[in-house]
Amino acid sequence: MATHFLGDTAVLTGRTLRHVTRSLDTIITTAITPIAIMLMFVYVFGGAIDTGSVSYVNYMLPGILLITIASGISYTAFRLFGDMQGGIFERFHSMPIARSGVLWAHVLTSLVANVISLVLVFGVALLMGFRSGAGVLSWLAVAGILILFTLALTWIAVIPGLTAKSVDGASAFSYPLVFLPFISSAFVPTGTMPGPVRAFAEHQPVTSIVNTLRGLLTQQPVGTDVWTALAWCAGILVVAYVFANVSYRRRIS
Amino acid sequence: MSIPTASARAPGPAIHVRGLERSYKQLRVLRGVDFEVARGTIFALLGSNGAGKTTVVRILSTLLKADAGSVRVNGFDVATQAADVRASISLTGQFAAVDEILTGRENLVLVARLRHVRQPGAIADELLRRFSLTEAGARRVATYSGGMRRRLDIAMSLIGTPPVIFLDEPTAGLDPQARIEVWQAVEELSERGTTVLLTTQYLEEAEHLADRIAILHQGRIIVDGTQDRTTTSNK
Repeated sequence: MATHFLGDTAVLTGRTLRHVTRSLDTIITTAITPIAIMLMFVYVFGGAIDTGSVSYVNYMLPGILLITIASGISYTAFRLFGDMQGGIFERFHSMPIARSGVLWAHVLTSLVANVISLVLVFGVALLMGFRSGAGVLSWLAVAGILILFTLALTWIAVIPGLTAKSVDGASAFSYPLVFLPFISSAFVPTGTMPGPVRAFAEHQPVTSIVNTLRGLLTQQPVGTDVWTALAWCAGILVVAYVFANVSYRRRIS
Repeated sequence: MSIPTASARAPGPAIHVRGLERSYKQLRVLRGVDFEVARGTIFALLGSNGAGKTTVVRILSTLLKADAGSVRVNGFDVATQAADVRASISLTGQFAAVDEILTGRENLVLVARLRHVRQPGAIADELLRRFSLTEAGARRVATYSGGMRRRLDIAMSLIGTPPVIFLDEPTAGLDPQARIEVWQAVEELSERGTTVLLTTQYLEEAEHLADRIAILHQGRIIVDGTQDRTTTSNK
């Protein structure tokens, strides 16, 4: 059975990828909200925010990328919920295939869909004047952190996808995740925030991830932020993965 | 792992159920169900809504665990040899869906690849032809009528020629013409030596198709009889 895991997962991923390519609106919807926020902040609020020597579009792009991922994964939950409700899972589970491949197919599809959305947002940022002198290694590090963050949030999305009672419930969980970057260093330096808010902002995962991405893209030293960021991503990933698999086993037994 | 074909027979009946019990919380859905299905026959499980037919099918197809009793499919125990059972069966009907976003042909190719059969494309084309879906093969299933969808569903379950097929209410919600099409498909299956277990709410359907009919009522089999096709009387 294990020998079929890779092949079965590839076939099942091909299926869910078709769901994405046949409803490209989901990718566009994913990209449009962060793009709108980006336009708003750069051309409306940005002038009033002091980010020192860094241009505002360069300053806020990392946060926008995290918002893109947070809104993209709600479609992962949505697709998974559809499969649970529609009965296609039952067909797969009654077949001699590697069962865990059914979940992994959704996770891999989520990665691909989010990467496409991220590229779209990056493209608009370039048009808006985003520039970076980062070297290849820094770009690879940026890509790696974004993928790790996407994986972590995707496994979170799997949980409501498997357990939700309604479509709304399956995607509503992403709103707080989309909102989290606003209370972080993503759009304004945390130094301007009142005490308790600042304390929250500086100790939640988004700030360390944003600071790391920003440091890499603006060729500044990332310091200890990178380790905090990786620890958050890995921690969320492991916890979400365990809970997702517990929910999955509960649903199929 | 190879997929057993209809001709590769394990000894004994195709389906063997003894003392099967299953409850959902306080509700005892199955209270000791016994029946056997001989190889190559069509067996109809007749019962009203909520009689527990779907629960039986879900247990037979390893989607649900029994609380008590012994269940063997193609000689394999559903609890301890689930993978072998899955390699021996196909499930279609009420709750085993087709993928609406894919085309009919893509659905067939998907199942063929998951069952690791050779030449998935050729098999898909042959099944489309056999079920009169060639024209519709390139269209998304979302555009299909109820009858076409059910035919595709049955076609998908034939891939890999599993020796046992479960059809859960295969004609529920279909118009008379579509129902006849499904009946023809089921009869054809049986002629090829496949064992078919189907559930239905309609006595007429059970009488038309089945070699043997069992009536499931309040969690037990109350009638289990051989069909005499000429007189349609139970023994």
